Amino acid sequence: MARLETALGLEPVAVGRRRERSAFLLGAARVFARDRQAMIGALIIGLVAGLAILAPVVSPHDPIKADGSDRLAPPLTPGFLLGTDEQGRDILSRLIWGGRVSLVVGIVPTVAAGLAALFLGLLAGYLEGWADHSIMRTLDVFFAFPMVLLAILIVGVIGPGAGNQIFALAVVLVPYSTRVVRTAAISVKSLEFIQAARGLGAGTGRIVLRHLLPNVLSPLLVYTTTLVGMMIVASAGLSFLGLGVQPPTPDWGVMVGNGRLVLYRAAHVATIPGIVIIVVALAFNFVGEGLREALDPRSRQ
Amino acid sequence: MIDYVVKRFLGLVPVLFGISVVIFLSMKFIPGDVARALLGPMATDASLAQLRASLGLDQPLHVQYAKWLWRTLHGDLGLSPIIHKPVLEILLPKFANTLVLAGASFLLATLGGITFGVVAAARPRSAVDRASVAASMVVGNMPPFWLGLVLITVFALYLRWLPSLGMYSSRGDGGLGDLAVHLILPAVTTAAAPAAIITRMTRAAVLEILGQEYITVARAKGLGERAVLCVHALRAAWPPIVTIAALQLGYLLGGTVFSEEVFGWPGLGKQLVSSVIARDIQVVQGAALFIALVFVLVNLAADVMNLLLDPRTRPA
Repeated sequence: MARLETALGLEPVAVGRRRERSAFLLGAARVFARDRQAMIGALIIGLVAGLAILAPVVSPHDPIKADGSDRLAPPLTPGFLLGTDEQGRDILSRLIWGGRVSLVVGIVPTVAAGLAALFLGLLAGYLEGWADHSIMRTLDVFFAFPMVLLAILIVGVIGPGAGNQIFALAVVLVPYSTRVVRTAAISVKSLEFIQAARGLGAGTGRIVLRHLLPNVLSPLLVYTTTLVGMMIVASAGLSFLGLGVQPPTPDWGVMVGNGRLVLYRAAHVATIPGIVIIVVALAFNFVGEGLREALDPRSRQ
Repeated sequence: MIDYVVKRFLGLVPVLFGISVVIFLSMKFIPGDVARALLGPMATDASLAQLRASLGLDQPLHVQYAKWLWRTLHGDLGLSPIIHKPVLEILLPKFANTLVLAGASFLLATLGGITFGVVAAARPRSAVDRASVAASMVVGNMPPFWLGLVLITVFALYLRWLPSLGMYSSRGDGGLGDLAVHLILPAVTTAAAPAAIITRMTRAAVLEILGQEYITVARAKGLGERAVLCVHALRAAWPPIVTIAALQLGYLLGGTVFSEEVFGWPGLGKQLVSSVIARDIQVVQGAALFIALVFVLVNLAADVMNLLLDPRTRPA
């Protein structure tokens, strides 16, 4: 194949295309860097992720061990910047450690669903016909449930817990992400350069991997980033309901659930983790919007 | 038009068939032996075999499915081993309560969303517009259970204006007024996120229409801004707003689960969550079938409504 291209004098064209692609990515990065909202979002995500990774170093207190002496201390108490919860545990420390859990249960199902969607969506979009039909009709069954309820139902069958929660959310997202990939694949497939590649003798594998895949990645990336924000809220919700991450593991949803029990005495225990959830979800939305602007050539002047 | 509705209705048959297969098979994936679970660890092989035969578990899978489907189609969703009642009898009253909450939330979300959206679009880039865009972003990403807790803290615990739990007060007359008072906080909680989405959509739709020439003409012939907005712009912006609002109708069926849990509203979602925690598979399954059926029908109704309101989407 490579030899054929060289013989036809096509190698420079291929290189040129690669150069075009890197120029496109560079341009996208420049657009993204100029987008103030997106940069704020990226900064927040970086900060929360950094704190979560460095939790053993930066966390001022143990996130799980109960301390009977300082229960329900209000925010700004010396030594406890955000106060303590009903068991005397430092809320800031639990938020920092909780970032590890909450980010993972938000990101992992979305990425897993994205990978499955890439496979299914490319298959359906490229092959069309019966393969497309059977994949999409099967997914229609999953579209027949509201998202959150489907996740609850799956957990209902396989049982509560953090791992099962991740699995349930991934299953829920597959149909949505697959639809995005399939739509992108179908619209790219009809473009002239795919015809040209086929005319030059490129096989199915080459067309799908070299030509379709790079072109469906950006819509999927944009969609997935926005979904992560949604999933952080959704997985916090499952944990709040007692179906996901189980206490005493620090998780933002679990923290809101615990705080609910002492709402009438110390509202900060439930409200502070909720604010963190909103801020992080917003941050992922900002980044998703920024990526959309940056990766969509039509939005550039 | 009627052809289309009939066609869509027939299209539901394979989807519903798929749903029933998935739900039936999910029973089979549950770890553990049903017969052993029912009889306990002391059961003999003979009694286990006898129970399996009486439950039909010794028959081939497709026969079991056919029998199960037959019973389901006749409204027999089985008995809950935990509540000791027929599943349908448990679910129906809960569903009615969920409908009350979802209906009130839908009204709130559409009225609020459209109002905010139109007001924002009327003065693009003004302070009001910016505030409504920012608010819809924040509210759109707000965990509903958290919003519910905040509302309880402010309106029930701090201001003591509204009750925080249940559908009726224990000493109240149980009338409509009592219900309405209990409905406010859960309905606002459920309506918030969909209202944010409807606001954004309405704003975008109205702004797009306001840029068109016939609006300039309407203004040029001396129509007041209010008439331009409410009569000309809103009418043309209607279809996308209805579409997005209808989508929210389906979402509300799931969205109520958090407010039901937070506010102790005795609805389907709360029942589902407690059955999941109690591992009452019969109820979970019955609820799954029920929810899927309602969701599919609601979405169909929304499509048909859209068709009636917007002739442009009608198939030729």
